[in-house]
Amino acid sequence: MAESLPLVFEGVEKRFGQTVVLSGVDFSTEPGEFIVLVGPSGCGKSTLLRCVAGLETISRGRIMAGDRVLNHLPPQDRGVGMVFQSYALYPHMTVAQNLAFPLLVRKASTSEQERVVADVAAMLGLEPLLRRYPRQISGGQRQRVAIGRCLVRKPEIYCFDEPLSNLDAALRAQIRVDIKNLQRRLRKTTLYVTHDQVEAMTLADRIVVLDKGIVQQIGSPEELYTRPANRFVARFIGTPSMNLVRGQVAHGMFSSGELKVRVARPDGPLVLGVRVEDVQILGGPGAAEPGAGEDPVVVPARIAVIEPVGESGYLHLDVAGAALEGDVQPGAPGSGSRHLLVASVPGRAVFSYSLGQDVSIRLNPRRCRAFHPESGAALSVDSGGDA
Amino acid sequence: MKPRTWEVIVTHAILLLASAATLYPVLWVLKLALTEGGQLGSDASLIPIPSHPSMANFVAFVTVRDFNGNPLFLYQLGNSLLVSATAAFIGLVFALTSSYAYSRFVFTGRKAGPRLMLISQMFPAVVTAVPLLIILDALGLFGTTAGLVLIYATGAVPFCIWMLKGFFDTLPRELDESARLDGAGHWMIFTRIMLPLVRPGLAVTALFSFMTAWNEFIMASIFIDDATRYTLPVTLQQLVGGFDPDWGMFAAGSLLLSLPVVLVFYLVQRHLVAGLTSGAVKG
Ligand SMILES: Nc1ncnc2c1ncn2[C@@H]1O[C@H](COP(=O)(O)OP(=O)(O)O)[C@@H](O)[C@H]1O
Ligand SMILES: [Mg+2]
Repeated sequence: MAESLPLVFEGVEKRFGQTVVLSGVDFSTEPGEFIVLVGPSGCGKSTLLRCVAGLETISRGRIMAGDRVLNHLPPQDRGVGMVFQSYALYPHMTVAQNLAFPLLVRKASTSEQERVVADVAAMLGLEPLLRRYPRQISGGQRQRVAIGRCLVRKPEIYCFDEPLSNLDAALRAQIRVDIKNLQRRLRKTTLYVTHDQVEAMTLADRIVVLDKGIVQQIGSPEELYTRPANRFVARFIGTPSMNLVRGQVAHGMFSSGELKVRVARPDGPLVLGVRVEDVQILGGPGAAEPGAGEDPVVVPARIAVIEPVGESGYLHLDVAGAALEGDVQPGAPGSGSRHLLVASVPGRAVFSYSLGQDVSIRLNPRRCRAFHPESGAALSVDSGGDA
Repeated sequence: MKPRTWEVIVTHAILLLASAATLYPVLWVLKLALTEGGQLGSDASLIPIPSHPSMANFVAFVTVRDFNGNPLFLYQLGNSLLVSATAAFIGLVFALTSSYAYSRFVFTGRKAGPRLMLISQMFPAVVTAVPLLIILDALGLFGTTAGLVLIYATGAVPFCIWMLKGFFDTLPRELDESARLDGAGHWMIFTRIMLPLVRPGLAVTALFSFMTAWNEFIMASIFIDDATRYTLPVTLQQLVGGFDPDWGMFAAGSLLLSLPVVLVFYLVQRHLVAGLTSGAVKG
C-alpha cells in the first residue's frame, strides 16, 4: 500500500459573505493519522471537511495533501473520500450499483467493477445485501455501504462527518470499532467529525477542538483531558466536565468560599479547574487517603445530588460560598447543577452515601489546573504538574 | 388506536355527503349525454338517471362530418392530442436542463429567473393574445397547428421549470456532492442520479402541462378558424354557442374529452405516490 499523505492547513479561513465560519486554521497531521474534530454544533466542523473535500472553496490560506496544494483542484482530483452523516446513498441503485458507481464513472471494465465490489463487500460484510436497495436495509447497513463506496474510490484522505450519529448506541459502538480497525489497516490520513466524547477519545490519535471557527487545542486525548489549553477545552472535553471554580489566590492558597486548595500561583483572581476524579471524599469507601508528608486542606461539603451511572457514580457537593461555573454540555451525567462541585466515586461506593450527608473533601493539589479569569487561557501551575 | 364506532359513522357520513355533492353534477352530465335530444332545464326530476338511455349523442359527436365528408371528430381528436403532447414534450425538454441549473448552479439571476416565470403565469392568457397574434402573423404561422403548438409550448416551459425546480430542490444536496466526489461530471450527475430520482416529478409536470393544453380553449378559438384544425374544446363550444344549442351532444363531448385525462391520471398515480427517494438519507 502506498505511503499515506499528511494533511496540512495553513492559515485557512472560510467566509460565507460576511460571516466568518473558519479563521486561522493552522495545523498539520502526520501521514496516516486519525484526527477527530470536535466542537459545539455550528462551530465549522462540517465546513472544514467540505473545504478539504473541495465542496467549498476556502477564502484564504492553503490546504495541502503532502506537497500538493488542493485549493483549486476539483473534488474528484483531490483524492479525498467523504462519508456523509446522511449516508447519501443513491436510492435508485442497488447496494452493488452504489458501490460500483465510482468505478462506473471512471469507465472501469465490468469485470473490474465486479471484483472491487466483491472485495469491498467482503471486507464490510455486505455480500448478502448487494442486490437490495438502500430503503430495504437498516441504518447500520446503509452506513457500511456508504463507507464501502468511499473505500472503492481509493482516496488518500478520508473524511467522516458524524457518520454514526443516526445510529443507536449498540450499533454505534460496533461500527466505531469497525472504522478504527479499517483505518489501522489502511493507514490513510483521516478526518473524523463527531460530537460524541467516547467516539472522539477512542478513535483519535489526536483531537482538534474547534469553537467559533477557531482551533482551541490540538492534542492526544490524554493531553486534552489532563492539560486543556483553555477553559473552553476544559469544559468541553470529558464527561462529566471539569469543575471550574472562580476564586482568589492569597499566599499560595486558592479559596472560593469554603473551598480551598494549595496552588503555586501569585496572588490575585484565578479560575481553578479540577476533574471529578480529583475531588477526593475523605474517610468514605473507595476514597484515597492524602499522601504522607502532604499538608491536606480539608473542606466541608454536603451531598446534594447522587447520580449512580454504572461503573462509577457522581456526587454533587454543596460547598458553602464556592463559585462554580456553568455547563458546556447540559444533560450529560455529572452536569446540571451549576453551583455544585462534582466528584466521582467508584460504582458501588455511590450507594453508601445519602442525600444531605456531610462529608469532608480534598482537592488533589497536583492535578488542579489554573486558568486566566478573563482570557480563559491555561496558566502554569509549577507545583509539580501531573501525578 | 382503533377509532370508535361513532367516529367511523360520522366520518363515513361526511365522506358520503361530500362524494355525493361532487358526483351529483357529473351524474347529471352523464344523464344529459345519455338522453337523446336532451335539453337543459327540460327535466324536472331530481334523480340523475336517464329514463331511456341512448348512445345517440355520443355517436353523433363522434361521427359528425363536414361538407367535404371529413370525419371531424377524428381530425380534432388528432389535433388535440398532437398539440397537447407536443407542447408538454417541448416544455419538459427545455425545462429539465434549465430547472436543474436553477436548482443547483450559482449564477446571477438564479433567484430572479424563477420568480419572473411565476409572474408570467399570473396574467390571464388573453392578455397576450394580441401580441401573439402579431408574432404568429409575422412568422406566417397564423391559423396553423404549429402556431398553436408554439403558443402552448412557450406557456408550458416556465410552468415546467417552476414545477421541476421544486422537485430538484427536494433531492438532497449530499447526493450530487457524493457523486462529484465519485468523479462524476455535471452531465453524469444529471442523467445518472438526478433524472431517475426526479421521475415522479416529471410525470406530474408532464401531466399538468398536457392537461393545460388539452383543456385550453381561448387561444385555440382565436387562432384557428378551420374546423379540421380545431381542437376538441373549440368544437364543444361551437355546439352550444349558436342559436340551437345541443346540450346532449355537448355533454357527451365533454365526457369524451375528459376521458384521456382520467386515463392518464390513472396511469401515473403510481408515480404520484411519494417514497421513491426514501432510503437516500437517514434511517
Ligand atoms: N452555505 C452556507 N452559507 C452560509 N452559512 C453557512 C453555510 N454553510 C454553513 N454555514 C454556517 O457556518 C457555520 C458552521 O457550520 P457547520 O460547519 O455546518 O457547523 P458544524 O458542522 O460544526 O455543526 C454555521 O453557523 C452555519 O450556519
Ligand atoms: Mg456538521
